[in-house]
Amino acid sequence: MSGAFRLPRGGRVNRTQRLRFTFDGRSYEGLAGDTLASALIANGVHLVARSFKYHRPRGFVSAGTDEPNALVGVGREPARYTPNLQATSVELHDGLVCESQHRWPSLRFDLGAVTDALARLLPPGFYYKTFMWPAAAWKRLYEPLIRAAAGHGRAPRVADADRYSQRYVHCDVLVVGAGPAGLAAASAAAESGARVILCDEQAELGGSLLAEIEAVIDGKPAAAWLAETVAALDGRSNVTLLPRTTAFGCYPHNFIALVERVTDHLGQPDPHLPRERLWQVRAREVVFATGAIERPLVFPDNDRPGIMLADAARTYVNRYAAKPGTRAVVFAAHDGAYRAALDLARAGVEIAAIADLRETADGALPAAARAAGHKVLTGTVVAGTSGRRRITGVRLAGRDGRATSVACDLLLMSGGFTPNVSLFSQSRGKLRFDETLKAYVPDRTTERQRAAGACRGLFALTAVLEDGHAQGAAAAIEAGGDRVAPRSFAVTTLDAATDAFIGAVRHGRATRRVKAFVDFQHDVTTHDIELATREGFQSIEHVKRYTTTGMATDQGKTSNMNALGVVAEALHLPVPQIGLTTFRPPYTPVTFGTLAGPSRGVLFDPIRTAPMHDWAVANGAAFEDVGTWKRAHYFPRDGETMHEAVARECLAVRRSVGIFDASTLGKIEVVGPDAAEFLNRMYTNSWTKLAPGRLRYGVMLREDGFVLDDGVVGRLAPDRFHVTTTTGGVTRVLQLMEDYLQTEWPYLDVWLTPTTEQWAVIALQGPDARRVLQPLCPDIDISAEAMPHMSVREGRVCGVPARLFRVSFTGELGFEINVPAGRGRAVWEAVFEAGAPFGITPYGTETMHVLRAEKGYIIVGQETDGTATPDDVGLGWAIGKAKKDFVGKRALARPAMASADRKQLVGLLTDQRETVLEEGAQVVADPKGAAPLRPLGHVTSAYWSPVLGRSIALALVSGGRALTGQRLFVPMPDRALAVTVVAPVFYDPTGERLHA
Amino acid sequence: MLLIPCPYCGPRPELEFRYVGEAHIARAEDPSLLDDEAWSAYLYVRSNPKGLHAERWQHVHGCGRFFNTLRDTTNDAFSATYRIGAPKPDLPQPNDKTDAS
Repeated sequence: MSGAFRLPRGGRVNRTQRLRFTFDGRSYEGLAGDTLASALIANGVHLVARSFKYHRPRGFVSAGTDEPNALVGVGREPARYTPNLQATSVELHDGLVCESQHRWPSLRFDLGAVTDALARLLPPGFYYKTFMWPAAAWKRLYEPLIRAAAGHGRAPRVADADRYSQRYVHCDVLVVGAGPAGLAAASAAAESGARVILCDEQAELGGSLLAEIEAVIDGKPAAAWLAETVAALDGRSNVTLLPRTTAFGCYPHNFIALVERVTDHLGQPDPHLPRERLWQVRAREVVFATGAIERPLVFPDNDRPGIMLADAARTYVNRYAAKPGTRAVVFAAHDGAYRAALDLARAGVEIAAIADLRETADGALPAAARAAGHKVLTGTVVAGTSGRRRITGVRLAGRDGRATSVACDLLLMSGGFTPNVSLFSQSRGKLRFDETLKAYVPDRTTERQRAAGACRGLFALTAVLEDGHAQGAAAAIEAGGDRVAPRSFAVTTLDAATDAFIGAVRHGRATRRVKAFVDFQHDVTTHDIELATREGFQSIEHVKRYTTTGMATDQGKTSNMNALGVVAEALHLPVPQIGLTTFRPPYTPVTFGTLAGPSRGVLFDPIRTAPMHDWAVANGAAFEDVGTWKRAHYFPRDGETMHEAVARECLAVRRSVGIFDASTLGKIEVVGPDAAEFLNRMYTNSWTKLAPGRLRYGVMLREDGFVLDDGVVGRLAPDRFHVTTTTGGVTRVLQLMEDYLQTEWPYLDVWLTPTTEQWAVIALQGPDARRVLQPLCPDIDISAEAMPHMSVREGRVCGVPARLFRVSFTGELGFEINVPAGRGRAVWEAVFEAGAPFGITPYGTETMHVLRAEKGYIIVGQETDGTATPDDVGLGWAIGKAKKDFVGKRALARPAMASADRKQLVGLLTDQRETVLEEGAQVVADPKGAAPLRPLGHVTSAYWSPVLGRSIALALVSGGRALTGQRLFVPMPDRALAVTVVAPVFYDPTGERLHA
Repeated sequence: MLLIPCPYCGPRPELEFRYVGEAHIARAEDPSLLDDEAWSAYLYVRSNPKGLHAERWQHVHGCGRFFNTLRDTTNDAFSATYRIGAPKPDLPQPNDKTDAS
């Protein structure tokens, strides 16, 4: 019957569906509806983990997502293995394979437990206090050992084989949590006609009602009321129900992130389904019905397997029909814990004693317990426990100081309930400390959100249902729904008064001699927290980070309030003065895959391809990424290395003709009567006198005077300019232009159109370029006299309307043919064919870089880095002298912008011709000085120059121009390279070849 | 993800916009008349308030226009949105003396 501890009747599990699973290699049987935890409990298994720091044996503390101890690794195959899952949340399916974590060689015999004995060497911040000597031993010995000893599960080493999907959705009212408050809220909102989404992290909707066997709502047992309510919601077309869906993050303006677990609970999932689905919800109104989390009590050795929260034990019995033990002691601080005692007794668990730390326990529930014959000891605390891999007994201490030992295999504890305010507080809602509840409850928020039920401190079932209904109705009205009449609920149940306890139980033993755990997952004890306050940490933010309490994957769900209580006691301050740490998303851990969605592999970033991309692929190009563009890097032939291919391409361009795809360059069409005036203000150059049909190289600065971008600008007509920018800079340039045009000079009559993707640009460069081109454009006279360097003509090339630029980035006679992008490939192929007799050579970006460097042409972003002025990089000539104002002009007038020791563009020639400098290498005057050497500058570009047969480099050097002819050094790890400073141009300095 | 009210398009998600700095900082008609300190203030000094901040956004993946907003920097609530060139609305600073954290 699936486990020796399975109850014969009751629960919501399906006894006809038996499931097989393995844990640490051993086979067990469970039932459909079990979690991994309930199935293990039904099989009598309580030792499931070893703690983070001390490797102490651990069992289940709770039955839900607040579980701090029972972390397991689940997955049959490496590509579908997930570590650190809470056994209390893993839905059992047939064939499930899971293992415990962080123990060696086994869970029962873990060598790591030696740290438990060494606890005095491992206080908070121990890595600043111990393991300090010898200093070298930290990196080589201590740190690796400590890292291996601590931690949780093992990270997967293969790619995630599952698929994850994402969707956006809008709704009127989002209700988070489908317990009694959430169900009532969703029902009210649905009745108003609003579009409602109701989500709950559990597989079944119902929350606390799933373990409720005694209460009666509106004349029906809770389970029946639950089934009817869910069925009614399911039947409404304006309601979307999302079980297995956690709201994990609240972002501004009611943007809530939900993760739906689609297939993890299925043994054989449909391969077409995603494993998880991210719902990004924009809700007009949100109702948080997130319930309350039970609080442990803090006493010595409160962490043994078999010690669990009282209501969790009640859940295992009532919901899962799994008996967590045979003989139990109950340690209570409020009436609610007695419910667990009564329900466990009914299921056949012997209640050895109920210890209540309050002086009196006179409520209805304690009375019922006494009436059932259970021993209730008020003014009594648990002062210690025994048993290593399972609790075997407790030591009770009464107010008269007497101690009694009681044998048991189960200890239930409950300090009260903490309203779950995580999501409300993620939304930056303000919280208020309630003295009676000893808890923080939601106060005010500027978002359109409200809280209902236990998460705002209401615990009696009647109040919870009525509050849920009222909040749902209010939210619906705000969202534009119809008015819904308020309603009451008739509930029969034993109510608990709202006593609460936080902090450490007064057990009378010396704190430093015992381990009373506050944070189970990070092994933080009361001693650690008190030590932190003694060392001067007074704010909870500091105590949290110093001790790591509340910093584990459970974000302190079961520890935060107790930690506050311990600190308040240690500092003799009221709790509100200690503060509260911030709750952050995710509420519970979220898979990376869910956040990535489809953005993996080739879909991670958009890929932009130029018009002639496919031709380059077909002709064997190797590609490089330039931003999101794929650009042909070089065209290797017959097994050439990159070096060989680039050398061949460079020589071909300089000796005959090369062809290059320059389409990625940014282009902006600037049109209007004030076009020239606008460009005058944006660029350093003057444009007024540029005649139509002419090109000019433009330099654009930022307002702080530094070079932002450059590019050739063509004037087609008095009111029309074809502006080009760098490949990576077009967005920046356009944004800067729009900024000034819309917000500073809206009176200028000019408008801008981005045209980067509208034009294919075919660069034809080399002494034979004109011979290749002339037959292809019979109606344009491209002779040297008719079309001098830096001019533009409109006409037809290969019959296609074109803007023909005579321009060169290589220093050879050159043209750039601009045709509509869709015609680019055809024109390219026609030009290529026409160039065959001349040995036309396609070249890539690497060759383009070498050729321009030989001429000393800068590349913005390589020779500049956002701190170079025009003069720094030899572009002072581009500044229009007579211009009164342009963007950046005022900043250039600062004295620092003309300082003689500014980094200036120079050329560097290495003593050894074959040695190519490394880009980014530093330049110094004397390599033999004392470290650290003072850097004069750095190498910005360096290449092997095929045409010169030696290496060249460009660099920015402090006061560089005055150092021409001098020897400097580039220190490398193994040696210092000697270089000579030269003018930054290495080939055809007079530009003769350009003007051919 | 913020929901930003474009005065031309209505409320749209933050992904469609680009933040473009504090509003109402005009470029001088004649920058040559400003001394270095004044120009430096224009370039770099911003008010960075706790509370209502007048700032510019550009609807780059929408209408492409620049516009102004008033946003409370403590909770990202937008209280006004208005065209470039329009005067800053006269709204009181939010008065939030209590801080429960």
